[in-house]
Amino acid sequence: MAELITYREAVAEGIAREMRRDPDVVCLGEDIGAAGGVFKTTVGLFDEFGAGRVWDTPISEQAIVGAAMGAAMTGMRPVAEIMFSDFLACCWDYLANEIPKVRYMTGGQVTVPLVVRTANGGGLGFGAQHSQSVENWALTVPGLKIVAPSTPADVVGLMASAIRSDDPVVFFEHKGLFASKGAPAPPDHVIPLGKAAVRRSGADVTVVALAATVPLALTAAEELARDGIDVEVIDLRCLIPLDMSTVLESVAKTSRLVVVEENPYQGGWGGTVVSVVAEEGFESLDAPIKRVAAANVPLPFADALEEKVIPTVDKLVAAVRTTVAY
Amino acid sequence: MRTLLDMYERMAVIRRTEKAAFDLFMAGLVKGTTHLASGHEAVAVGTAAALRPDDYVFATYRGHHHAMAMGASAEECLAELMSKATGVCRAKGGSMHLTKAANGMLGSYAIVGAHLPMAAGAAWSAKLRGTDQVAVAFFGDGATNIGAFHEALNLAAVWKLPVLFICENNFYMEYTPIGAVTAVPHPAADRAPAYSIPAVVIDGNDVTVVRDAVAQAVERARAGEGPTVIEAETYRHHGHSRTDPGAYRPKEEVERWLKHDPLDIARAHLEAQGITPDDVRRVDERAAAHVAAAVDAAKNAPDADPAEAFTDVWADGSATWRS
Repeated sequence: MAELITYREAVAEGIAREMRRDPDVVCLGEDIGAAGGVFKTTVGLFDEFGAGRVWDTPISEQAIVGAAMGAAMTGMRPVAEIMFSDFLACCWDYLANEIPKVRYMTGGQVTVPLVVRTANGGGLGFGAQHSQSVENWALTVPGLKIVAPSTPADVVGLMASAIRSDDPVVFFEHKGLFASKGAPAPPDHVIPLGKAAVRRSGADVTVVALAATVPLALTAAEELARDGIDVEVIDLRCLIPLDMSTVLESVAKTSRLVVVEENPYQGGWGGTVVSVVAEEGFESLDAPIKRVAAANVPLPFADALEEKVIPTVDKLVAAVRTTVAY
Repeated sequence: MRTLLDMYERMAVIRRTEKAAFDLFMAGLVKGTTHLASGHEAVAVGTAAALRPDDYVFATYRGHHHAMAMGASAEECLAELMSKATGVCRAKGGSMHLTKAANGMLGSYAIVGAHLPMAAGAAWSAKLRGTDQVAVAFFGDGATNIGAFHEALNLAAVWKLPVLFICENNFYMEYTPIGAVTAVPHPAADRAPAYSIPAVVIDGNDVTVVRDAVAQAVERARAGEGPTVIEAETYRHHGHSRTDPGAYRPKEEVERWLKHDPLDIARAHLEAQGITPDDVRRVDERAAAHVAAAVDAAKNAPDADPAEAFTDVWADGSATWRS
């Protein structure tokens, strides 16, 4: 078996594969060039592709994403990095008002084939302004595709689809997964957007997860299996397109649903998933749906506090037990 | 637009189209709001005359004149305002978002200043692709106090991008004099040195002055010498938007600017070139007939198809969010 690679290495690998394939792919962001990115997710790109295709920017999130948009509208496929997803707020106009709307409001005259990559999520003790899971921010805006991979191979396969997409994609890389390892992606690995993966097949309860909550759910499933509870774990991989077919099929089989999401309960993506299940899969359900999400407070700094706020294996295990016992 | 007479005719068409837009609004045939550009015509037309067909333009919600200077027809613009299927954005954009991408006019943006980084990005794209295209961002004086203006100027300067930042300084950010909220007398040009960008302040109501200043900046940009800021002083003949009579502007100031009308100034230049008043009158009549026909055609066009609400979210034409 080939050597395992890290999620962090997979980010650079996924971008590099597309840059080799398509000369229109260019990268821009803060410290992404010779420095290789603050999370080392662009290591090697500058050496391989040079300053002409890997551009260091000032700390100007509006200029980064706005320039990516202008370049995307005129024939390039830019990959913009926003260092921490919290900083998306600094350029939110582009993600809320400009990029997702310009095709629509011009009657289809333009397309915006760009990727905004960003390091998302908590668990590393970065405090309230560098730890948030904000994938739900993007979900509030029609017109953005949203990707959040959980494994190194998925990072590569989904990066390929994101960069090749003629639509704008927000690509959430989970900070807590950067050091995690997995099988490398095979050559020409492309995972279509909007296709969930069933990570563990089970008969008793469906757990829907995303990014870092996928390994969390798999750990919880092993623990629950020891008590004879057979958990099916679905990795959504994308929030838009949202693969509700896979979720509804699973719920039809298990009759029970728990969603585990790192963004806050208020306005979290689980709300959208469960509302579709409530509308279209209600008759399949034998128990109330449960959502394990971050608490509705800012992210605290100390580990002991942060663990109280974000989803943990214990919280998910408890939620599944309640659901199954209903 | 090869000649001054061509530029004059384009300005005359724009002026009459704006008048028609106002009348149609008052007749209840245009909904929402409009930000008329009457008085600003020379900035848009002078710029368009100095550009190549493959250059890029990004404009603002006061953008009817930019779209039309770049070749959008009066009919498709008025049809857009009137929610018609034949609108330039198929009635999905409206007055604030007129766009003619086929001509390089890549949109009108209604979040102040947002399009300056986009224009920098289009210029970056030209540089990456090794073309010598340039990009232009038109914006108002009010946009010079928003962050995107400053981020765009800095990026354009450090990356030496072929982009022109053209400020239509009409001296009012909406209802407030720009001088009351800005510490420098020239809101765009006085900021440019901080980014090491050359700047000029010009008479934005003289189409030949605009054309020449833009031509010079375009030449610099195509030669790889980077961005230019052009602050074109002009004045709107109406209030900020449809509901604003503009009463906050001193009467003498309004009168002074109405006497400095872009069409009058162009007429004087034409006369100096030996173009007779009869020739100019014929152009005026042609412009009037053209706009009258555009109004009729727009009125008679089919309404927007409600099914269009669910097209063109995505590049494949669909609006599907689930799989």
